[in-house]
Amino acid sequence: MQPAIAVRQLTKTYAEGSTGTLAMRGVDLDVHAGELLMLVGPSGSGKTTLLSIMGCILTATSGSVRIAGREVASLREKDLPAIRLQHIGFVFQGFNLFPTLTAGENVELMLDLKGVSAAAAKKRAQELLEQVGLGVKYDSFPADLSGGQKQRVAIARALAGDPGIILADEPTAALDSRTGRTVMEMMRELAHKRGRAVVIVTHDARVLDFADRIVKIEDGAIAKASDVDAVPPGLLVHGMPLAAASLA
Amino acid sequence: MPPLAQRNLFHDKVRLTVTLTGIVFSVVLIVVQLGLFIGFTTATSGLIDHSGADFWITSKNVPYVEQGVAFSERKLNQVRAVAGVADAQKVIAHWTQWKRHDGGEESVQIVGFNVDDNLERPWNLVEGRVEDMKSPDAIILDELYKQKLGVTRVGEVFEIGGHRARVVGFTRGIRSFTTSPYVFTTFKNAQSYARLREDQTLFILVKVAPGASLEQVRRDLLGHVKDVEVYTTAEFSRMTTFYWMFTTGAGVAVLIAAALGLVVGFVVVAQTIYATTMDHIREYGTLKAMGAPNSYVYKVIMKQAAISAVIGYVLGMIVSAFVVHASQAGGAAILMPPSMAVGMFFVTLLMCVGAALVSINKVTRIDPAMVFKG
Ligand SMILES: Nc1ncnc2c1ncn2[C@@H]1O[C@H](COP(=O)(O)OP(=O)(O)OP(=O)(O)O)[C@@H](O)[C@H]1O
Ligand SMILES: [Mg+2]
Repeated sequence: MQPAIAVRQLTKTYAEGSTGTLAMRGVDLDVHAGELLMLVGPSGSGKTTLLSIMGCILTATSGSVRIAGREVASLREKDLPAIRLQHIGFVFQGFNLFPTLTAGENVELMLDLKGVSAAAAKKRAQELLEQVGLGVKYDSFPADLSGGQKQRVAIARALAGDPGIILADEPTAALDSRTGRTVMEMMRELAHKRGRAVVIVTHDARVLDFADRIVKIEDGAIAKASDVDAVPPGLLVHGMPLAAASLA
Repeated sequence: MPPLAQRNLFHDKVRLTVTLTGIVFSVVLIVVQLGLFIGFTTATSGLIDHSGADFWITSKNVPYVEQGVAFSERKLNQVRAVAGVADAQKVIAHWTQWKRHDGGEESVQIVGFNVDDNLERPWNLVEGRVEDMKSPDAIILDELYKQKLGVTRVGEVFEIGGHRARVVGFTRGIRSFTTSPYVFTTFKNAQSYARLREDQTLFILVKVAPGASLEQVRRDLLGHVKDVEVYTTAEFSRMTTFYWMFTTGAGVAVLIAAALGLVVGFVVVAQTIYATTMDHIREYGTLKAMGAPNSYVYKVIMKQAAISAVIGYVLGMIVSAFVVHASQAGGAAILMPPSMAVGMFFVTLLMCVGAALVSINKVTRIDPAMVFKG
């Protein structure tokens, strides 16, 4: 099966003054649909850089990046938004919800970007919020939600675009450990039950056990990749609002 | 589209207030200055525009109506002899002195016309009739200038250019741009008030017969009458307006003030919309990361500009309407024709949308990679 993301010989130099920073030096990495991959490594090692390039937010200096089989490294800047819209859902450390929109409207915004009609978007946003256990919070503003609830709204929003790939940078860093685990469970279900390719950058040792595979980045290169046996998903769902069945 | 633009706009009430104040200020300033300009324009050429004539015949090199040069009234017969001339009348418009009862003198513009004819009659009478001017020394003036000239009512007697003058009626809204009020009287009276010789006139007004070609009549007039200029009413009106508005600089001053209004509005709106954009810059970065094309983000910002424009315009027009109304009783009328009210809407919209371009430029440069930074 072709990988959801295939990175080959990737280099990235940040133009900075006359020297420039070499942030990626020859990275090869495949991410498959249905797996949850974690990127770890010291600060400044290039995790965010790699995630941004895989998410078509940043362009590579050289090498190849294939998203769902399509080469994107050679695309022009103005063609990238369409690729992101079609294939990629982002989850951020700081949630990045629109504070003046309700939870429901935040999700609807993504659907609007995808060209879904207003009426259909409303219905679909309700379903998506129910999937993350927040059906009753449709009309709540982000300021009135807890951190974990915000991140779940953000996940619902990322899912609204129906992307094959979910990319998250430190999604649990702003959450307490219990809430962080809930979010991680959700992420894992997206991979295992719904066949998404999920890549999570994390510093958070508390959530490493959710990974199918952990890739360690050091100084712009892959230092070590380890396979972790997939844990049966049923074990992880203990009384959380998100039932395994609701994601299926 | 979920209501992101509206919500972000209304979220910061203080900034919205500043934005709207800027737009309202700008709208009112532009309306007042342009309205003054139109008011001035209307006043400078009012006498010509209301003359009912097709042509104004003047001496050579008369630049505007207040600068008429006397010529022999015998030319009237030559004019009347030209084919296509349905009516021709002598008219005087000339500065002279008005003496008030308290001894003070005021400069006035005496307008002499033929009471038995339809050309250059006073209009908008609120007291008296034009026919009352057939009585000796009769004059009609505008109620706006009662105080200036020391007039309280019909029947009062004054002295103009050393001759007796008796008020028989008042008009309403016939303003003079020069601040010297128009005083209407018979042609004969005007000759003595203005101290012209008995065989002299300043203008001959011509009404062309229905169906006759204006250009043909003009050529024939120039061919048959020596040493005169023949202007259409529209031409002479433009010349007079141009002189007062642009040669004297009075019009330039108000137009510059109107342009300043536009600049001030533009700067305030550009500044506040930019500040709002910067407040929400992370959201725009998120939008772009989510895959929104630039055009989608522009729409959000343009919508904010357009909403601000509409609200600012409505409030600005309400304030303007009061100012315009209040000005009607004063010496300088601010006029707001419907076309100007409509035009102002588009000016406001353009101003706000133009001001938003600064912000558009900013969001175009947002690097969506910012979403992963702290
Ligand atoms: N926009 C940029 N311009 C210049 N250099 C950059 C830029 N972004 C990142 N870098 C540099 O690239 C290298 C990798 O940065 P990156 O943000 O990918 O690290 P990271 O692994 O995500 O670190 P952290 O764990 O602290 O988030 C660092 O040396 C950083 O200073
Ligand atoms: Mg990082």
